[in-house]
Amino acid sequence: MSNKFIGKSIKRVEDKRFITGHGRYTDDIVLPGMTYAYILRSPYAHANIKSIDTSEAAAMKGVVTIMTGEEVGHYGVPCGWQVNFKNGDIMKEPPHPLLVKDKVRHVGDAVALVVAESREIAQDAAEAIIVDYEVLPAVTDASKAVEAGAPQVHDSVPNNICFDWEIGNPKAEVDEAMASAAHITSLDFVNQRLSPNAMEPRSYIGHYDNVYDRYTLYTSTQNPHLIRLLMCAFVLGLPEHKVRVVGPDVGGGFGSKIYHYTEEALVTLAAKKTGRPVKWTETRSEAFLTDAHGRDHVTFAEMGFDTEGKIVGLRIKTFANLGAYLSTFSTAVPTYLHGTLLQGLYTTPKIHLDMTCVFTNTTAVDAYRGAGRPEATFLLERLIDLAALEMGIDPTELRLKNFIAPFDGVTQPGYQTNVALQYDSGNYHGVLARGLEMLGYEDFRKEQAEAAKTNKLLGVGFSTYIEACGIAPSAVVGSLGARAGLFEVGQVRVQPTGSVSVFTGAHSHGQGHETTFAQIVADRLGIPMENVEIHHGDTESVAFGMGTYGSRSLAVGGSAIVKSLDKIIEKGAKIAAHKLECSPDDIEFADGKFTVKGTDKSLTFGDIALTAYVPHVYPANLEPGLDFSSFYDPTNFTYPFGCHIAVVEVDKETGATKVKRFIAVDDVGNVINPMIVDGQIHGGLAQGIGQALLEGIEFDSTGQIINASYMDYAMPRADDFPMFELDRQVTPCPHNPLGVKGAGEAGCIGSTPAVVNAVVDALWSGGHKVKDVRMPMTPERVWTAMQS
Amino acid sequence: MIPQAVDYKRAGSVSEAISLLAENPDAKILAGGHSLIPAMKLRLNSPSLLIDIARIAELRFITAGDGAVAIGAASTHNDIISNADIQSRFLAMVEAGELIGDTQVRNMGTLGGSIAHADPSADWPGVLLALNATVKVEGAGGTREIAAADFFTGFFSTALEEGEIVTEIHIPNPVAGANSSYQKFLQPASRFAIVGCAVAVVITDGVISEAKVAFNGVSGEGAFLDEAVSTALLGKAATLETIEAAVAGAAEGIDINEDHYASKVYRKHLAKVYAKRALVAACEL
Amino acid sequence: MPKISVTVNGTSYSHEVEGRLLLVHYLRDVLGLTGTHVGCDTSSCGACTIHLDGKSVKSCSLLAAQADGSSITTIEGLAPEGELHPLQVGFKEEHGLQCGFCTPGMIMCAADLLEHNSTPSEQEIREALEGNICRCTGYHNIVRAIQSASGQLETAAP
Ligand SMILES: Cc1cc2nc3c(=O)[nH]c(=O)nc-3n(C[C@H](O)[C@H](O)[C@H](O)COP(=O)(O)OP(=O)(O)OC[C@H]3O[C@@H](n4cnc5c(N)ncnc54)[C@H](O)[C@@H]3O)c2cc1C
Ligand code: FES
Ligand code: FES
Repeated sequence: MSNKFIGKSIKRVEDKRFITGHGRYTDDIVLPGMTYAYILRSPYAHANIKSIDTSEAAAMKGVVTIMTGEEVGHYGVPCGWQVNFKNGDIMKEPPHPLLVKDKVRHVGDAVALVVAESREIAQDAAEAIIVDYEVLPAVTDASKAVEAGAPQVHDSVPNNICFDWEIGNPKAEVDEAMASAAHITSLDFVNQRLSPNAMEPRSYIGHYDNVYDRYTLYTSTQNPHLIRLLMCAFVLGLPEHKVRVVGPDVGGGFGSKIYHYTEEALVTLAAKKTGRPVKWTETRSEAFLTDAHGRDHVTFAEMGFDTEGKIVGLRIKTFANLGAYLSTFSTAVPTYLHGTLLQGLYTTPKIHLDMTCVFTNTTAVDAYRGAGRPEATFLLERLIDLAALEMGIDPTELRLKNFIAPFDGVTQPGYQTNVALQYDSGNYHGVLARGLEMLGYEDFRKEQAEAAKTNKLLGVGFSTYIEACGIAPSAVVGSLGARAGLFEVGQVRVQPTGSVSVFTGAHSHGQGHETTFAQIVADRLGIPMENVEIHHGDTESVAFGMGTYGSRSLAVGGSAIVKSLDKIIEKGAKIAAHKLECSPDDIEFADGKFTVKGTDKSLTFGDIALTAYVPHVYPANLEPGLDFSSFYDPTNFTYPFGCHIAVVEVDKETGATKVKRFIAVDDVGNVINPMIVDGQIHGGLAQGIGQALLEGIEFDSTGQIINASYMDYAMPRADDFPMFELDRQVTPCPHNPLGVKGAGEAGCIGSTPAVVNAVVDALWSGGHKVKDVRMPMTPERVWTAMQS
Repeated sequence: MIPQAVDYKRAGSVSEAISLLAENPDAKILAGGHSLIPAMKLRLNSPSLLIDIARIAELRFITAGDGAVAIGAASTHNDIISNADIQSRFLAMVEAGELIGDTQVRNMGTLGGSIAHADPSADWPGVLLALNATVKVEGAGGTREIAAADFFTGFFSTALEEGEIVTEIHIPNPVAGANSSYQKFLQPASRFAIVGCAVAVVITDGVISEAKVAFNGVSGEGAFLDEAVSTALLGKAATLETIEAAVAGAAEGIDINEDHYASKVYRKHLAKVYAKRALVAACEL
Repeated sequence: MPKISVTVNGTSYSHEVEGRLLLVHYLRDVLGLTGTHVGCDTSSCGACTIHLDGKSVKSCSLLAAQADGSSITTIEGLAPEGELHPLQVGFKEEHGLQCGFCTPGMIMCAADLLEHNSTPSEQEIREALEGNICRCTGYHNIVRAIQSASGQLETAAP
């Protein structure tokens, strides 16, 4: 071990290629003889296909092939997580075909694939395909889709219910607790649908090598191995060893690039069929229609308090919209990634969530940054701040009354929640206290009172959140229906000259693994970072992996690398002991040197690496080489938490909201690279604040998305934010070797309710006692709230 | 997104552009292309030929004359807002120009293109109305000068005849006591105007002696002069009370636009707020 | 088909192109300069920003033919081979990029800003970036990167 890199803001090694324009994203790759695909999509949300005529298109010069549902409609993509109905029945799992043959179920549903010599010809030809549709009524709202007489998305799914589900204490106990409450705060709200909008549109290239009978898929994915597994085993029935999946540089994911999309299998099939590489890159308009959306809950929630302000119960009914088809993880998001977080930071003794997951004529919904946890945090933190306003208690005091007491998870046990999880370690009072100090709370309230006399109202909103990440212990998720393990793989290969290649199953699409992981390796081995290279994103070089999402890369992927490093050091000590003629127990390894304890006799890491590959003087019974691979399966989730505080200004005349300050105190456990962690938080905050104020997919009555472009869907821009004010508390994770918890989603999970709470607080300060302003809190919605 | 096949020709002069246009009825003039090309990419517009006028030198100038400032139609938004004569005369133009799109758009988009396109939410039309501009157009049949108020005729429509192009925009020089302002409430995604209000006033001895108030974004029919507000201001002291009373009648009797960012009621309310803000700024209150 | 002659990053090129060929596709597909990205189809995101005769423009919203006779700089040519432009240094030092997809466009846009305003305020920087979308960074460190490149940060982040 040395201490040169861990904990330091080392500048990223991957940056050089990106700042000079040499990043290599999928759409940048050109293969010899490559063709271009265009997908003809349904303009209707719900319609029977009566006929498809491709004859004119097929005859166009430069068209290579056209595929329709007739040819490939029997292939479909699977769902990776099985959830059962309350009564034990298996969830409804209608097929999700690569191309639709009979009935389109959302705007953008894929009808035909055209492969041509150029992008231009492919699009021209697709427009010449004639599809005769019989348009059907559509349903887009989950709570309406279950009503009698609603349009049926799939014939095999009565009332559009995929499954119903519950978690927590028995309902009767919760009802009883609520009946005893002195005050009940209730809130009817929508956690609106969002489009993830990674800036790189999805892009895939299928390639088939008929000499070796091997396929290669280049894909903008967060998890190449998972894509290979799903596509081979569940979609196309290809042998895994004949398929290579490469996820090169990927321009952001935020969840939307976890899933196995139909187009990945389509370009693979088309490459085999045409014998030529086939590239498909979506347009942003297509991304709005087909990249899995996030959130979309319709909720009715109640929180009961006793006369002292202690929470006595929490009762929730939610309809979660899954869209028209199941996406890879869509069933886990509103259930195991959501219901299990409803304890929050509070000692709430009785909790019950009743969840109904519903099909509608909309784009599939799956994990988007935070995935289920932002929805849980939103629900809890809105209720707490609203209850404080209603009961006339300070919102921070109400939290303090209800916080779980600090525990380190080592000398004190973890905290068992009423919703299945056991928190690892936490100090919730600490982050709130620090946040209030940064805010200058008392002064703020004075300023607010002054502002209430003007045209610009001020408000403050709090959010103290917890999340479960470091996904995930395989046995636990397996018992909950996951159809995959969620371990990670880390291989460390030491070359004879002492340089080190690391292969990780995690995938970096902005997270900076090439730097963070190298910091760990360099410090643990006591070598310079330049001697370490991190490889990821290619099933041919990396043994296996589950990819990057759920803030898992460092906690799970990093831990797998550490396991391999431990094995390297242990073996190195044996080699050193042999050469230095002592027992391995007498060897200590520090700063890149194997030293005989209490002496100055030592060998460098480089000496040992060379010896391992030139084993002339070498221990008997020890294999040559210095190369270890490890699988790390975590024993628990990790539980980052924090306190987010928003200060907003509301223009009384227009309802326009401006975020004046945003304070985030996060506890993500140990920190390897503070600069990168801060960057993750910043990005998450922007997305979370974006949900509160700007973003939201809206449908019209026919199921069209009315804001499916950047001219209508408001993406957060630079001038929507102030400089963020960040600080950190460190409560190490007790159960992984790095003590890290994960930082990828925290910003997005905590921030949304803080902003909504702040706007509501501002409105109350102006005498408008509203419960909620629907997100996104557009100026008109805020203004309307002030008119009542 | 790729446009449909199209031919491209660069015109060397106004007369060449006009004759190319006359020879090719399906052709379209291409200036900055920042309305036309996005529309072509979405295949909402598919001309057979584009006649590029952006580099015609005689269309790209700004000259301050005795009576007016003349702006060539191919002057970009950035040309205009960085011009010293404009800056010293027409604050509303600078304020409006700075809020059009973004730097990249302002480097390409032109004044002539914007007004020929006549997007109801575009910023220049309101400003030209308030500043009492004249639009000079030229076609095979000669040139015409059209008052801005007659040039904008509705939803994406203008007084331009087939085969005519906009060549110049003239804005009369401000008189003593004149001032102007443009205030805009942005649609948060496109950043076009939900409500844009351009005002020009002349204040003589503390009294408003001339006033023009124009809106864009408010009506789907395009930019318009709000005579009622102007009339209510005339002859009154330039005070907040005067302004508040006058804007109370803003956008009355207008078919107000509606979309998912702003209902009719809210838009009308914003029109009053933004008229007030623009007038307060122009009256330097 | 129009014939165009352009100078890109100091090298002259002549090609016959389809009238409808977008400049961004000319740069990416014909010249192989893939540092200029396409992030949208409504001229909104700025990922495609380049300099046309010294001014920042969105290359997805121009035809290649419109650039005939012009001099173009892309991210690949912003600094001489083997060197970094102060903005490129700033983005790296201040962690102004994560996935890197928006980065070339951000840098090209910021370069135009600094050309006109060598010491922009935070607010001026934020306004100058209004045509560029980043989904990763929350813009915080992009602003700092530009402040750093314009010599306005005391020290780089620790
Ligand atoms: C991302 C983005 C944001 C924008 N935001 C705004 C905004 O906030 N406010 C705003 O006002 N605008 C905005 N615009 C529009 C922009 O200002 C356009 O540049 C402008 O509307 C059109 O000018 P142009 O020179 O690009 O015209 P072009 O696109 O070249 O042409 C537009 C139309 O006018 C015709 N035409 C062009 N020049 C002439 C001429 N001299 N005579 C006759 N006909 C002509 C063309 O044939 C075409 O029909 C935005 C555009 C984009 C892409
Ligand atoms: S690709 Fe040019 S602005 Fe988005
Ligand atoms: S760094 Fe990923 S979009 Fe900006």
